[in-house]
Amino acid sequence: MWFREKIRRSFQENREAPRRGSTYQFNYRRIWKLAVLLTGGVSLIPLIFITAVNYEAMRHAIESEMIFRTTRVVSNTCLSISFFVNERKSALNFIVHENTFESLNSRERLSRILGDLKRSFGGGFVDLGVVDAAGRQRNYVGPYNLGGKDYSGQKWFRQVLDSGMYISDVFLGYRKVPHLVIAVKGMSRSGAPYVLRAALSTTPFETLLSQLEVAGMGDVFMINHEGILQTPSRYHGGVFENIYLPVPKKRPNTEVLEGKGPLDEDLIIGYRYIDDTPFILMVVKKKKECMKPWSCTGLKLIVFLLVSVSVILTVILGTSTYLVKKIKIADEKRSASLHQVEYANKMASIGRLAASVAHEINNPLAIINEKAGLIKDFFTFGGKYAEDPKLMGLVDGILTSVKRAGTITRRLLNFSRNLQASVEPIHLREAILEVLGFMGKEAELREIKIHVDVAQDIPVLETDRGKLQQILLNIINNAFAAVSDGGHIDIRSRLEKKDHVAIIIADDGCGISKEDLIRIYEPFFSTKSGQGGTGLGLSITYSLVQEIGGSIHAESELGKGTRFTITIPIKSEKTKT
Amino acid sequence: MKIRVLLVDDEKDFVDALAERLSMRNYDVTVALRGEEALDKLRQYNFDVVILDVRMPGIDGNEVLSEIKRIKPLTEVIMLTGHATVESAIEGMKQGAYDYLIKPCETEDLVTKINRAYEKKAEHEERIREARVKEIISSPRAALKDA
Repeated sequence: MWFREKIRRSFQENREAPRRGSTYQFNYRRIWKLAVLLTGGVSLIPLIFITAVNYEAMRHAIESEMIFRTTRVVSNTCLSISFFVNERKSALNFIVHENTFESLNSRERLSRILGDLKRSFGGGFVDLGVVDAAGRQRNYVGPYNLGGKDYSGQKWFRQVLDSGMYISDVFLGYRKVPHLVIAVKGMSRSGAPYVLRAALSTTPFETLLSQLEVAGMGDVFMINHEGILQTPSRYHGGVFENIYLPVPKKRPNTEVLEGKGPLDEDLIIGYRYIDDTPFILMVVKKKKECMKPWSCTGLKLIVFLLVSVSVILTVILGTSTYLVKKIKIADEKRSASLHQVEYANKMASIGRLAASVAHEINNPLAIINEKAGLIKDFFTFGGKYAEDPKLMGLVDGILTSVKRAGTITRRLLNFSRNLQASVEPIHLREAILEVLGFMGKEAELREIKIHVDVAQDIPVLETDRGKLQQILLNIINNAFAAVSDGGHIDIRSRLEKKDHVAIIIADDGCGISKEDLIRIYEPFFSTKSGQGGTGLGLSITYSLVQEIGGSIHAESELGKGTRFTITIPIKSEKTKT
Repeated sequence: MKIRVLLVDDEKDFVDALAERLSMRNYDVTVALRGEEALDKLRQYNFDVVILDVRMPGIDGNEVLSEIKRIKPLTEVIMLTGHATVESAIEGMKQGAYDYLIKPCETEDLVTKINRAYEKKAEHEERIREARVKEIISSPRAALKDA
């Protein structure tokens, strides 16, 4: 992930190179992680929790609503059906009570009653039959020829005689048309029971049920207690087919339960046993369809959650990265300035040490010088040993060494001297050319190409001429030492931060190794020891730059060259005393 | 006539060796190890050139210098400095010292500087003498003033 990479990169240098000796050492990655985790946790956990609770609550509400609606449909439909059946049952009861067995045996009378029933009750009644106690159909009116049929062996006949009433399942019977039968018991004057039997077509049920619009691909149908469909259903099979659903347990009220369809889809099943009939009214809905409005709302919730989470995360990551980066930069700045102060202090104490060492050594050195000189004088003026080249050589050796030691002590003194700065206006270009004047001969001899480029907008500097020249001389001298014959030295300068001037002296010489680079300003650190280097040049340069209120910075790559950047203020106010 | 040199330094070894070397080069060398001693000797005798160490116990070089310039203004002084006191040497030159040298110094340099200082003094005295001659010529009575 590019973002991760980016963050890692911004803290990486620190992990690779922890600043040595710094007490302000932080693990910025840890801080960052902590900040992100804390703020992220505090803001995201409540958000996710609330959303989850909301989600669940809404789902629950919609489910209850769905169950409630299903219950309502089942109850209402059940009422209609039971009313329909009861109405017809009551009508038959009325007929039985209003007519005698004998009058019902009259074919005209019965057909008139059937006509009246059809007229006053609308659809439903198909035929009427009167069955005597022996089970013989004594009279029959209707479209089928069922007169004289014997029902004595049939179960329903016995049931009517026992309980006075019977409502059959829907069946095909002799007629090959789905119908159901309602039978009521009557009493003849002689006290013998008889049965009035009416066949009802199922069409009114079917019309009633098919007119119901039930949401969620709902289906309304009836089954009997054996689970055989009594009316055709839309999705669960035709009449007389066995329903695949288990027959629900008998309950006095409307019940809603969940089940599985043939394709393993979730179903909502509402049912009710219709009183005094063998029918169970069932409403079956597909849960998925019913929950459609819910899934839409749920989706909105989830999208909202995702968008908020990503916005929050982006903001947290952004601010954390920004802040930790700021902290890191501040720490680095502080550490750098501490380092600088430390370094300046170190240089100052080294300077004092150098001065006192030089001082203490100079006096005995002067004595050695004079004594050796005296010996030489004796030889020369006395003439005794003047011809002895060995003794003269020894004395000269002492004198040369003293001279060499003297050079070193003198440089040490230079390093720590604190001359009063004399500030004067200086044209940088002139100053550089003047310094190059000292080196012109050597440059010519070694064919070193020097390129000077001083920007036009550099104002006149007000600083110590002597120190500036000494600085330039030392650095350029080093560059000369570093480049091989025919090398290049590039001197440029530009305005920096309005009130500073940067002088950049770059060469393409041998370069300085990374380990040496951090030590170059230390006194007596020299890679040319034994070849005349004292290791004081850059130390002196460093303190000179400090004295005129500037800073010096070196970059180098072994074999490619070195680049010194000296930044000095245009107006030198800070002078070391 | 030999050039009369007063050598003032607190390091006895240094002073003795240098004195002997200068004597070999035909100078009349007197030695003093302290500022007070040097001033005493200056009051008693005349010297052409004083070689004066800047830093000494007791009265230090610069004070001795101003004292010399007060009691013997014509005597030339060469400051000798052994440490981080180039500034005081320069200060001394502003007060009238002829030149300065940093220890350890080349004997030849020292000799050259002594000779030059002496020449300067001699020239100076010569001019004073000429002036006196002129004065005496114009007013012979003036010759009696010194006598």
